Amino acid sequence: MQTLLDFYAKHSRLIDQIGVNAILALSLSVSLQAGQLALAQAAFMGIAAYVSAILALNYHWPLLATIVAAVLVSTVVAALLAYPVRRLRGVFLAIATIGFGEIVRVIANNLKITGGAEGMSGIPNDATTPVIYGSLAVVAIALWLLSRTKFALAVALVREDEYAARGVGIDVGAIRTLSLALGGAIAGLGGALYAHASFFITPNDFGFARMEQILVWCVVGGVTSPVGAVIGSTALSILPEAIRFLADYREVSNGIILLVVILFAPGGLASLWKWRRGAPRDPVRVHA
Amino acid sequence: MLAQQLLNGLFLGAVYALFAVGYTLVFGVLDILNLAHAAIFTAAAFAAFSLAGMGVPLVLAFLIAAVMAGIMGILLDRVAFAPLRARNAGTLVPLISSIGVAIIIGAVLRGIYGVDERHFTVGGLDTAPVIHAGPVTFTTVELTIFLAAIVLMLVLSWVLRATPLGRRIRAVAEDRVAAALLGVNLELTIAATFFIASSLGGAAGVLTALRYNSITLDMGGPIELKGLAVIILGGMGSVTGAVIGGFILGAVETLAIAYGLSEWRDAILFGVMFVLLVLRPTGLFGKRALRAA
Amino acid sequence: MLALEHVSVRYGGVDALKDVTLTVVPSHVVGLIGPNGAGKTTLVNATTGLAPLATGQISLDGARINSLPPHLIARTGIARTYQNIRLFGALDVRANLAAGAYARKTRLTNDEIAALLERAGIPGIDLDARAGALPYGDQRRLEIARALAASPKVLMLDEPAAGMNPSETSRLVETIRAIAASGIAVLLIEHDMPLVRAACDSVVVLNFGEVIARGTPSEVARDPVVVEAYLGSGAEALA
Repeated sequence: MQTLLDFYAKHSRLIDQIGVNAILALSLSVSLQAGQLALAQAAFMGIAAYVSAILALNYHWPLLATIVAAVLVSTVVAALLAYPVRRLRGVFLAIATIGFGEIVRVIANNLKITGGAEGMSGIPNDATTPVIYGSLAVVAIALWLLSRTKFALAVALVREDEYAARGVGIDVGAIRTLSLALGGAIAGLGGALYAHASFFITPNDFGFARMEQILVWCVVGGVTSPVGAVIGSTALSILPEAIRFLADYREVSNGIILLVVILFAPGGLASLWKWRRGAPRDPVRVHA
Repeated sequence: MLAQQLLNGLFLGAVYALFAVGYTLVFGVLDILNLAHAAIFTAAAFAAFSLAGMGVPLVLAFLIAAVMAGIMGILLDRVAFAPLRARNAGTLVPLISSIGVAIIIGAVLRGIYGVDERHFTVGGLDTAPVIHAGPVTFTTVELTIFLAAIVLMLVLSWVLRATPLGRRIRAVAEDRVAAALLGVNLELTIAATFFIASSLGGAAGVLTALRYNSITLDMGGPIELKGLAVIILGGMGSVTGAVIGGFILGAVETLAIAYGLSEWRDAILFGVMFVLLVLRPTGLFGKRALRAA
Repeated sequence: MLALEHVSVRYGGVDALKDVTLTVVPSHVVGLIGPNGAGKTTLVNATTGLAPLATGQISLDGARINSLPPHLIARTGIARTYQNIRLFGALDVRANLAAGAYARKTRLTNDEIAALLERAGIPGIDLDARAGALPYGDQRRLEIARALAASPKVLMLDEPAAGMNPSETSRLVETIRAIAASGIAVLLIEHDMPLVRAACDSVVVLNFGEVIARGTPSEVARDPVVVEAYLGSGAEALA
């Protein structure tokens, strides 16, 4: 028992990070499951982080309230974003959402209330490990319950073949909006927790580099099931610590793993356990 | 005043255009958004830096770095894209594998060079003669860089228009299957495309490094994203569009800085790009239509 | 009853369909034939809301449907199969059937599934098989089963016999006639003349987007206008 506590004390920061990263990865996997390469999760995360931080620092709201508010904001933003991009597919959707992310970053970089380029610091550090993992559990359970509904079937059908999905009566636009909004909500949760688990936040924490990182987690873990997102984010969060000896070359492992997965196990690590029968051969099957 | 800003925009735009051309060439031929392009851009800059540090004359270092970038492009294709082509993986999976390669290149550069900013130690870059031509002033370095970019783009244009290789590239871009049926060696043509695209991207990297006399690990970041805006503006797959788009972007950015909107310039750029994607996704010259909802 | 009245569809200056009037009534199989490019698939696309009408209207049981979005048109009771198979290939047979019934209900009972497969002519198929991995003929029939899962009023089959051999094709005739007998209005697009003769109660012939002939299969096969459209002038009759 003591060794466990010691382990925790030594690695608590990493353990918290793993939890938050898992939530962020889940948020992207929701979009990917609908076949949309919507790369705005980092932006939703950032919006929520700032909302949460501002409410906590400037208005002294309690943690739960800031989280709820932040998630609401990020969800609404995501739902609104779905409208202008409703006709975009494939690479074009990816680029549009990347552009959106950049706009959000610049806004955060320039507003006084967000602290500009210096960001915000001194955010109450009350996203403790139980809070983080409790939230992760909530998200996981919610997604699991959702997976048993018609909505999940509709999402899979939209991913596989949008035209045929329309032909069986599915409102593709509504499904895409809902999945984007759901992704926004989960990313918002991750963002709010991130803010309260970090000492400070800056606009660059939520830029394209972060987005790429989340994407890599999902792909490596496998997008055919939420389990994959969690596996990928966890494995790649632990890895840099485990291979410290590679020093400056550490990050090369992320790239190599990503390539290896894409080339040889495109369903991601989760597919190695054959979690889901009939998994698509490639991690992201979208309409180009 | 306006003339000076426009000239600055022209100089900036030339390099954007050079970078974007490589992006759009790969997209036009393979429908792939190559996110390792910026990493090769950076790698070439570091290569030129090392070569110059070993005493190689700048011009030669530039050429060698560009060729090296081209070779990296070919390797990139063989490792990250060709296997996916073989199994018909679609167009978004290669995007992700290009991210993998970009991470690897970045990590290797970091291991070799560390995180500090580097500068060319060759004399003359910071003290280049300034030329006054009527209402505008510029340095010989800026002019040389501009001309180099223009020359490279003209060479590309000539290659695409007037050489058998260029015809083959355009054929593959138009219709890969038909081109193969007509006897075009697909893999060879694709390799050539990557060589050209990546060497131009690498050239852009060296030129950027020379212009600001600065080589950093993250120098590829801003231009990678701005490159997206350029190719959307110019039209995905259109080389002409990339060139014109690059210049327009350079002009818009410079003017934004000049008129006090400097901190917001990226938001303006991406705002314009976003609006374009929503309203006219084919850009100015693009032929790629989007399927409507 | 599905009614197309004076329907025209224009694609960038080209008249894909010109003033087409056509009805399909329950328990009837209407064949839609014509040379390649005549507008047959366009007609199906227009009916399912994938192609906007330049003129005319389409109605189902008296209610106008052509201004509805595709997914709502599907929900009024119109189901189709596709010229190039559009199954949800990576999903299993069960999921494809559930997809067909999406608008109707949440879960299909085992009996319902068995009945669908029976009607489509693939009673013994493995429910857990990946749809894309099935033999070609089974895939076509699975598409039909998926369409039937919606309990449609109208079923439009777009070249369901493409790639089938003669014995499979004659089995398909029985399948189609049985579907019609169950009360569904069937529109069958086909090139295979024996299939059309055997399965259809009436035939409509399209050429260059216009209806050039109507009648029973035998009448149409002998109609010189039709023969010329298919084979050029001087030919005797279609098979």
